[in-house]
Amino acid sequence: MSTVIVKYNAGNIQSVLYALERIGQQALVTDDPEQIRKAGKVIFPGVGEASTAMEYLKERKLDELLKSLRQPVLGICLGMQLMCSYSEENDTECLGIFEEKVKKFTGEGLKVPQIGWNNIYDLKTPLFEGVKQNSFCYFVHGYYADFGKHTIAATSYGLPYSSGLYRDNFYGVQFHPEKSAAVGERILKNFLENI
Amino acid sequence: MTKRIIPCLDIKDGRTVKGVNFENIRDAGDPVELGALYAQQGADELVFLDITATNEKRKTLKELVNRIAHHINIPFTVGGGISSVEDVSLLLQNGADKISVNTSAYRRPELISELAKEFGSQCVVLAIDTKKEEDGKWYVYLNGGRVKTDTLCTDWARQAVDRGAGEILLTSMNNDGTKKGFALDITRALAESLPVPVIASGGGGTMGHFVDVLGEGRADAALAASIFHFKEITIPELKGYLQDQHIAVRL
Repeated sequence: MSTVIVKYNAGNIQSVLYALERIGQQALVTDDPEQIRKAGKVIFPGVGEASTAMEYLKERKLDELLKSLRQPVLGICLGMQLMCSYSEENDTECLGIFEEKVKKFTGEGLKVPQIGWNNIYDLKTPLFEGVKQNSFCYFVHGYYADFGKHTIAATSYGLPYSSGLYRDNFYGVQFHPEKSAAVGERILKNFLENI
Repeated sequence: MTKRIIPCLDIKDGRTVKGVNFENIRDAGDPVELGALYAQQGADELVFLDITATNEKRKTLKELVNRIAHHINIPFTVGGGISSVEDVSLLLQNGADKISVNTSAYRRPELISELAKEFGSQCVVLAIDTKKEEDGKWYVYLNGGRVKTDTLCTDWARQAVDRGAGEILLTSMNNDGTKKGFALDITRALAESLPVPVIASGGGGTMGHFVDVLGEGRADAALAASIFHFKEITIPELKGYLQDQHIAVRL
């Protein structure tokens, strides 16, 4: 089954492709709606700013397309945040796949963005099969998704928040599996092979 | 949140090299092989600096970055001779996660703002080479430590962060290559006053030095080169030691 990586105006897309290649998987990087619609799996990555990214997706009607997908979709970092209902980053309405909201880190003495390795815990769904509680993943983000009924992984940085979300066929992770060493490779493999 | 251990690979003509006090350069192996080994051993990130770039106005080879990106499963930063949005775009497209700027950003601080706007602060690392002079103050140096400025390190770091630098990579020229420990005072001054992570570099020679800079020096990450390249300290033993000393690390 083919895997598509959604191409849009956000960074780090190439890194996801390379990570898949390292675990022996092929993928197509594209913004062609037809290719995305017929893909077996869709990865929606991204590093960047929420409102600019949403504008870009809307202009190309990729917002409606993403919401309508029925195959497994994995949002990464900004991709996951855009799948939430709303982001405080420039007051942005997002895709609303997950009801959770995205807020800015504001803890006393907290360095923002969070850059580095942090734990993931309370892991649920086959996405985390074989991944130990409190495994370390690599995070780079200034905004976080609230806890909610779709939370499938938690992380603490000043406060606990959702580092994984899930609803129906949609998965999202806040960290970068493509940069999270063996743990990240396992999660990507789980998404491509077990879901 | 854990403290990061970052091996630095200085690159010259496609090979890893290491000098002492910015001089006497020695060969230390193939950067991709070495980088992959460090990643496998538990390095948290890698930094690749093309040390010949600034002086010779040569661009970091995108092919090397591409090769690194295909082989390494942890984040990496690329620096050396980067002076425009186009340079950065090319490196990011080839798989770099972050880029570091030094002399070019000092000469034209708008570069930092442009990069932060275009790619986000998270991928903009400001590298500062600094030296403590006889007056007891830390000054910014340029061109790989060859050109002195009258700017204080703390002033330049603050300005760069205000413009959008997402991390500071601080190298003390007094300490670099000496293996006598990191510069704790300037590291702590920056780490406590800036809202972004500070990576301490220069002088790490024993595992105790890392405890000092990540603890007392308040650094968010520590970078070293030769002690790793010449296997004087391995990453697993260093991280095990840090954990024993109650410094949170990824194991």
